[in-house]
Amino acid sequence: MQTAQLEVNEIRKDFPILSRTINGKPLVYFDNAATTQKPFSVINAISDYYASYNANIHRAVYQIAEEATDAYEMTRDKVCKFINAHSREEIIFTRNATEAINLVAYSWGRKVIGKGDTIILSELEHHSNIVPWQMLCKEKKAKIEYLNVDNNGNLDLGKLESCIQQNNVKLISLSHMSNALGNIIPIESMIKYAHSFGIPFFVDGAQSVPHIRTDVTDLNCEFLAFSGHKMLGPTGVGVLYAKKEILECMNPFIGGGDMIKEVHKYETTYNDLPYKYEGGTPNIADVIGFSHALDYLNKIGMDNIRRHELDLTKYALECLSSLKGMKLYGDDNLSRRGGIISFNLGDIHPHDLATILNDNGIAIRSGHHCAQILMEKLDVSATSRASFYIYNTQEEINIFINALGKAIKLFRL
Amino acid sequence: MSDDIYREIILDHYRNPRNKGKLEDADVVIHDSNPLCGDQIDIYLKVKDGNIQDIKFDGRGCAISQASASMLTEMIINKPLTNAKDISKDDILENIGLTNLGPARIKCALLSLKVLKMGMVKYYEDKEPNTAQKLEKDSDLY
Repeated sequence: MQTAQLEVNEIRKDFPILSRTINGKPLVYFDNAATTQKPFSVINAISDYYASYNANIHRAVYQIAEEATDAYEMTRDKVCKFINAHSREEIIFTRNATEAINLVAYSWGRKVIGKGDTIILSELEHHSNIVPWQMLCKEKKAKIEYLNVDNNGNLDLGKLESCIQQNNVKLISLSHMSNALGNIIPIESMIKYAHSFGIPFFVDGAQSVPHIRTDVTDLNCEFLAFSGHKMLGPTGVGVLYAKKEILECMNPFIGGGDMIKEVHKYETTYNDLPYKYEGGTPNIADVIGFSHALDYLNKIGMDNIRRHELDLTKYALECLSSLKGMKLYGDDNLSRRGGIISFNLGDIHPHDLATILNDNGIAIRSGHHCAQILMEKLDVSATSRASFYIYNTQEEINIFINALGKAIKLFRL
Repeated sequence: MSDDIYREIILDHYRNPRNKGKLEDADVVIHDSNPLCGDQIDIYLKVKDGNIQDIKFDGRGCAISQASASMLTEMIINKPLTNAKDISKDDILENIGLTNLGPARIKCALLSLKVLKMGMVKYYEDKEPNTAQKLEKDSDLY
């Protein structure tokens, strides 16, 4: 693919938070897998909506309501294009990826999953792609089977065939990129394989959609969930993509205003897609803000973003592996890896390490990363995690490595 | 800042914890964790005539949580179990020498105290429910 180097110094000027200092040091923000920072365009768009055309959408006929409706619905068109969905009716706004998964577990799962049925997950999953299915399976007396991972977090695909043959599998739901390790799962081939048995496939794209070009028409997955705040957008906006024919058959999720066509005393007819799944006043301001996040990413280009993150990850891994006591997790093959590095340094607990790094202005994540099943598998209670995005630089990695050196000294490793 | 936190004494208790392990004949075993960071502490108590005859802790977590637990066991062993209710947050922070921890890390330092107080209440629940109720009320279990 043809890619261009990012103009990182120019990009950084668009993010006001990056000029902050922490403990007298410039902020080095390496917790992008948790949430990303926001450019001026996103921050201003939210403020502009409240200052200039704040109104509830869809029903009112006065001008500012029409402006608000247009801005909200235009975001849907942009999302549709961003992931190359067939139609805007397939794009449902939720609060976050977690809610998108819960929506499907509730509205689709309660209709389709029955006693003795099986849902396949993996040991890599974030809690948000486990708990909703556990709740569903408990209620329906269905069960969950896990695809195992090896010590590098790579899926054991050998088990998939026997698992499908021995069980009545109704769904496979996997994250495209592990939030804890950065491993990228070969979902393209897995979706084709699942379809050869007639099994629908849910892609948890919370980590992948912000970093890798995602094309649902190409993937042909039944469902995709992701969160706006992990891709420069505001918190409070998530997206569920689902194939239209599936959305048409599902039951509503949240009952209330906006999701109805006609309400009578004892009966209601539901609204058309996508509104059927967006009950109540939605998060108008933040959806509008998200549209500017998509503009920003489109301007830079997803392939360029991927390349930038790969360059940073490669550089960081090289520097990290030379440190005393360094234990790195995840796939060694960079082509199957996103801009996430999980590690442990000697016997320094990740929380202690994060405290020491914070003294140096560096924000990393420490803990189980909402992936306790994976942590158990790797036999660690926690890891430290650095994750990169478009505004991160090699200089920041140098600062990070330097601070790790201080931690090694402090703990006398 | 970190230089003040990770002093020799903290590292010593982290790497060479006192009273670490399990007690096979414990009268009370109590467990709690800090869901935010995953620190885990189990405390085993052997009580005789109201005194803590033996105490062990088991667990995993950061240096602050583990060193704090280690130091707490030294502080309370051979003392009346009900003394636990009077140990305050500040007592612990002073004991481990960390009085300027941020809110996220204070939880690490205080986890073992919480578990000890829970253990005290649990011990009396079976024997003297009224005492247990009063202890629970008097203990700042946050």
